[in-house]
Amino acid sequence: MDLSTTYLGLKLKHPVVPSASPLSKSLDGIRKLEDAGAPAIVMYSLFEEQIIWDSQVLDHYLSFGTESFSEARTFFPDMKTYNIGPEEYLNLISKAKAATQIPIIGSLNGVSTGGWVDYAQRIQQAGADALELNIYYIPTDPLRTGPEVEQMYLDVVRDVKRSVSIPVAIKLSPYFSATANMAHRLATQGADALVLFNRFYQPDFDLENLEAIPHLMLSTSNELRLPLRWVAILYRRVAVDFAITSGVHNTEDVLKGLMAGAKVTMMASELLLKGVGRIGQIVEGLQTWMENREYDSVNQMIGSMSQVNLGQPEVFERANYMKVLGSWRPDTAGVLV
Amino acid sequence: MNRPLETMEGNEATAYVAYRANEVIAIYPITPSSTMGEYADQWMAEGKKNIWGTVPVVKEMQSEGGAAGAIHGALQAGALATTFTASQGLLLMIPNMYKIAGELTSTVFHIAARALAAQALSIFGDHSDVMATRMTGWAILFSNSVQEALDTAMIATASTLEARVPFLHAFDGFRTSSEVNKIELLTNDDIHAMISDELVRAHRARALSPDHPFIRGSAQNPDVYFQGRESANPYYLATPEIVQKTMDQYAALVGRQYHLFDYAGAPDAERIIVMMGSGCETAEETVDYLTARGEKVGLLKVRLFRPFSVQHFVDALPKSVQHLAVLDRTKEPGSAGEPLYQDVVTALVESGVSGVRVFGGRYGLASKEFTPAMVKGIFDELSKAQPKNHFTIGINDDVTHTSLSYDPAFSTEADDVVRAVFYGLGADGTVGANKNSIKIIGEETSNYAQGYFVYDSRKSGSQTTSHLRFGPRPIKSTYLISSANFVAVHQFGFFERYNVLELAAPGATLLINSPFPAEATWDQLPNTVQQQIIDKKLKVYVIDGYQVAKDAGMGNRVNTVMQTCFFAISGVLPRDEAIAQIKKAIRKTYGKRGEAVVQRNYAAVDASLDNLHELHVPMQASSAIAMPPTVPPQAPDFVQQFTAPLIAGEGDRMPVSAMPVDGTYPSGTTRWEKRNIAQEVPVWDADICIQCGKCVLECPHAVIRSKVYDAAELVNAPATFKSADARFKELPGKKYTLQVSVEDCTGCTLCVEACPVKNKSQAGLKAINMAPQRPLRETESANWDFFLSLPEAPRYGELKFINVKNVAMLQPLFEFSGACAGCGETPYIKLVSQLFGDRALIANATGCSSIYGGNLPTTPWSLNKEGRGPAWSNSLFEDNAEFGLGMRLTVDRQTQYAHELVERMRDLIGTELAVQVLHADQSDEAGIAAQRQRVTELKMKLQAMGAGTASDSQVAWARDLASLADMLVKKSVWIMGGDGWAYDIGYGGLDHVLASGLNVNVLVLDTEVYSNTGGQASKSTPLGAVAKFAASGKPSGKKDLGGMAMSYGNVYVAEVAVGANDAHTVRTILEAEAYNGPSLIIAYSHCIQQGIDTAKGLTQQKLAVDSGYWPLYHYNPTLKAQGKNPFVLDSGAPKIALKDYAYNETRYRILSQSNPEVAERLITEAQKELTERWHKLEQMAKG
Repeated sequence: MDLSTTYLGLKLKHPVVPSASPLSKSLDGIRKLEDAGAPAIVMYSLFEEQIIWDSQVLDHYLSFGTESFSEARTFFPDMKTYNIGPEEYLNLISKAKAATQIPIIGSLNGVSTGGWVDYAQRIQQAGADALELNIYYIPTDPLRTGPEVEQMYLDVVRDVKRSVSIPVAIKLSPYFSATANMAHRLATQGADALVLFNRFYQPDFDLENLEAIPHLMLSTSNELRLPLRWVAILYRRVAVDFAITSGVHNTEDVLKGLMAGAKVTMMASELLLKGVGRIGQIVEGLQTWMENREYDSVNQMIGSMSQVNLGQPEVFERANYMKVLGSWRPDTAGVLV
Repeated sequence: MNRPLETMEGNEATAYVAYRANEVIAIYPITPSSTMGEYADQWMAEGKKNIWGTVPVVKEMQSEGGAAGAIHGALQAGALATTFTASQGLLLMIPNMYKIAGELTSTVFHIAARALAAQALSIFGDHSDVMATRMTGWAILFSNSVQEALDTAMIATASTLEARVPFLHAFDGFRTSSEVNKIELLTNDDIHAMISDELVRAHRARALSPDHPFIRGSAQNPDVYFQGRESANPYYLATPEIVQKTMDQYAALVGRQYHLFDYAGAPDAERIIVMMGSGCETAEETVDYLTARGEKVGLLKVRLFRPFSVQHFVDALPKSVQHLAVLDRTKEPGSAGEPLYQDVVTALVESGVSGVRVFGGRYGLASKEFTPAMVKGIFDELSKAQPKNHFTIGINDDVTHTSLSYDPAFSTEADDVVRAVFYGLGADGTVGANKNSIKIIGEETSNYAQGYFVYDSRKSGSQTTSHLRFGPRPIKSTYLISSANFVAVHQFGFFERYNVLELAAPGATLLINSPFPAEATWDQLPNTVQQQIIDKKLKVYVIDGYQVAKDAGMGNRVNTVMQTCFFAISGVLPRDEAIAQIKKAIRKTYGKRGEAVVQRNYAAVDASLDNLHELHVPMQASSAIAMPPTVPPQAPDFVQQFTAPLIAGEGDRMPVSAMPVDGTYPSGTTRWEKRNIAQEVPVWDADICIQCGKCVLECPHAVIRSKVYDAAELVNAPATFKSADARFKELPGKKYTLQVSVEDCTGCTLCVEACPVKNKSQAGLKAINMAPQRPLRETESANWDFFLSLPEAPRYGELKFINVKNVAMLQPLFEFSGACAGCGETPYIKLVSQLFGDRALIANATGCSSIYGGNLPTTPWSLNKEGRGPAWSNSLFEDNAEFGLGMRLTVDRQTQYAHELVERMRDLIGTELAVQVLHADQSDEAGIAAQRQRVTELKMKLQAMGAGTASDSQVAWARDLASLADMLVKKSVWIMGGDGWAYDIGYGGLDHVLASGLNVNVLVLDTEVYSNTGGQASKSTPLGAVAKFAASGKPSGKKDLGGMAMSYGNVYVAEVAVGANDAHTVRTILEAEAYNGPSLIIAYSHCIQQGIDTAKGLTQQKLAVDSGYWPLYHYNPTLKAQGKNPFVLDSGAPKIALKDYAYNETRYRILSQSNPEVAERLITEAQKELTERWHKLEQMAKG
């Protein structure tokens, strides 16, 4: 049985890939993922904003209050170097490449045009096999229009694609007015793959202290539905590889993702929650499921239930909504089920 | 050979040689020598090698005494060893210095010479410390400039190996130690060429070794000790020649020739000044100037002061000399003359030189300016028929009339030297930018450059003045600029507070950082400033530096903006080249902090020139703005006459007669100095405030206060005065006000952080919120004055002062200190002053708290309306516990004697009153108040007692008792200081005091570093934190001071963190004071030097407790007497990981950024230790 798949031109032994998460923040963690059977690793994201922030914070605290008092003109020894900047990340990619046999996919979140391009190039130079652009952008400015935001995405992809030779995947937000069109335009800018979808960490409210607090909620399988639908819709319509990355927790989720059209399914929450051993268990489940149903290969099932292949296009469109509405009963107290 | 030319300060130049030519370096922080140790520690952390290719070991000790002991041991074991120190530190080394010299051991101690604490402490430069060691048997070699500091460090190090006499290499604190100047460095080959490996091996061969054992350090009897002391004479006799030979060798190597005594001036000089140290540079500049004009004057620089070579001295003097002025930068009260004067007189007498009249003089104590005008004044004095002897120069001694007069307008400054003065705030980065400018000009052009920086003594809102000179020749002017051709005022507010244009030369350029548009700036200047600009024909440029900096993302740091403007206007470099060099310097300085920081600075540079405008100066001054008086008219006479000129920066003009003779100053003077340093201040929302008092308790500067009062008091309240119905169940029907003194506020925002109330409609607002200060200044000042007129809370009655809400209403007797904005120490001090201030004696260890507590011009230690308040003093750094114990012994002894006198005079006083006085219950405020009343009655009776009603002895007793009667009221003795004192230098004494069982209260303000000297590690510094002297991360854990004190069993011990649990802090401080025995309170004090935003200090304290890093507990021996477990753990089990607390702080974070593997190992180890300690405390709490 052939569990292998090809994603971003990389031949992977199976389609269960760890997505960007703290698990890849150390060489030890990366080794553990490989040992657990990961076919490739998407590194945790290099955030340009974080680099800028770290740099400014360091400068602030090394400068703050200094040269004010004759007995204490500075407060800290002048360290020879500070790992402010992408060096730590780039070194980790290099070390990961040297220490593992599997493809290493860098992940980048930039804020400036120069930053996207510069860091993309340096990630390539560090040895990454591919690059995932994690475009994490919350358009809070009421004067900023949708087309402007879309253009920003397209410009980033264009600029990065022009500056690197390794394959580039785009991790997308689900919040586009015309997701299919956006996917299409990204593909025309050269995107090699689309990763659906980015999860935005939503702040929570602390009612005791009346504060908004950053809050990390791990995903559940329920969240699979959104990317599942969109991969199923886009499969074959947009000529790129697809990866599903929200709500993948078990073998069934993987199977669904593949059948929707994803070349790979990516997971982080499940591994963070239950350990990297879940990769092996899920792959084993995949194998068993396929054996029981006499599938020969993963490739056989990729896109098998996509909109173009399912023969029920309405399921992914308005009919799906209508059907849901139809399932509502008054005794559920107004809660849609 | 091509040697590098670099700009650096004297300390770095000295450490440069010392580090490379030694194996063992013991260090301890003391201003102004600390940076020598810091450089050495940092170089060790970087793995920098000495000339033998190995990394020296640099070890911080617990005191300078410890450093000297460690060096003594290292030398005896055969190492090449050195240390750096100054002032009191050098005094602590004296015992070992005698030993090291007595054993003829080669070493050099490098001294940034500094004044000694006498009538007051001073951190500034003079030779008092060095002179105090002149009997130790050490050679003393002076250097006079930054270049000479490097050269002399080398010459001393080479000389001592051959001479076997140990050397002090001394240079002037601040003037040389901290002056930045362009110098030529030595290569490692140069240094090695000067050090004889053969002599190094001989040094080793003399060391103790079990492989060829002997003893050294014997005890000798009257039979041989004397002979032993004389046995080393040949070495001292040989030393001068050895030093001269080494100087000659050095000259052959690098081309700079020194002599034991260097003469400069006319070969036929008749009037000659003899002196040592940086003043020689100024004197030489003046001598050159005068001789060029035909005057027969000269200067003899003394380099080798000990051993004093009479022959070399006499040989160096021109035979034409008739009058000698011998200048000492020290004071030896009661002597026949200061040390150098006495040596010169002796030398002349011994060598039979006749016809020379010698006059001694003192100058430059504690960095007092020494200028060409003063040098000229001395020469002029020598021309008189009867010159004054034992004179002073630079001050106005109108008491014993020692001072010489001189013409301050006399100047020797050359026209081709650019002289620039910059006025800035510490916070705006002016000094850093100027240091960069010096490097640019010094290293990138053929110009020589000099920078010297003057700071005021406040830690918040401090003013800095930078004095920069650039010119085609090496700059010898070791004095402040008095006539500047460029003046930059980086803070517009200075125009209203200081005479900042005083130094501007006619036709000078003035650069103003103005918050107003260029065209509107003129009208915002005070009239007197406008007139100065017109009269001096100044060329004025204006930029809104704050706006440019803000737009570039630089916040308040206008450094880069103003630096760019300086280069653009001054023309020191072509503009484009200057911009390129500034950017190069920015990358060099900030590059390792990240590209974002570099780019932000670049943006500021690029935007600066577009926003720089030349101001058209009108013909007439038109402003209606006048400079306000320095202090208000209602300030007391002393403040008007003495304090105000000091605040205005005119202290140099104070005559001797104005000075208190014994270091005594009135309390409560900060209240007269309205500094207006906060841009934003807190504003009270009376509607939602719950009157909890937390903001009052946490305010580090005592600018937020609360009072409860009768509504009738509001009759004359200003219109904007706020009040609310009081929410105190003990005080129904009253009104409540929370008032802010906006002119004293530093804008730290800790009050906002402390406020627990959120606005129900706007959750971002609290019951106290920040708002711009300027629009509030006048109205809130009036409100503050009215608030002060409201009655203070009675200290006894309905309200019990046992909780935060009520304690907040007690009048603080520690107010408006110059501590850092958001200081973590001062809330504790203020609390103690509120609770016990009216009957407290306070011994304060040297450190931050002694500086913001007692540095002139003003003191925050205050007094109440009855005239009572804390009696405060600072002795030294190392002896504070003992100092406080002495106070306790006195209180106990005199109270006992007063009791005995009352007993003796029972009948005369009246039995009832006597019994009440003797057996008064003073356990609470009511009891203390009643006793005060009785003592007042007693004093009246005693006063009335006279001959006729009592016997002579009874009258004598009555007088005695009257002088001691106040001791009958309970006193509270407090011993305060930082962790450098309590954990390190003062620990031995503290331990002894705690063991004494006597009733003293020790408050340790634990910032976990030596905060006052710039953040060096103490034994309180936690494992894994970076500090100076622990540049690789502190490898050992924090000392458990509380645990050590608890082991005595009879010491009240508590660990508190007011930001984590204010009620616990109040409770334990009350308990500690009430305990009739020693108590120790270790108070978590967040500090800017931990690398935190002090505005978040309280949150950080809470995290420290939540992580278990700072467990709250108290150990109360009285519980033991009640059969209970004396140890109570007052905080819960750790809720968060240590990392979640620690990595909010730069001191931990920079290790993870610079050496992640080590950081991870240390933080893991620290977490393990924390967990183990927690378990231990849990077990203790279980009993």
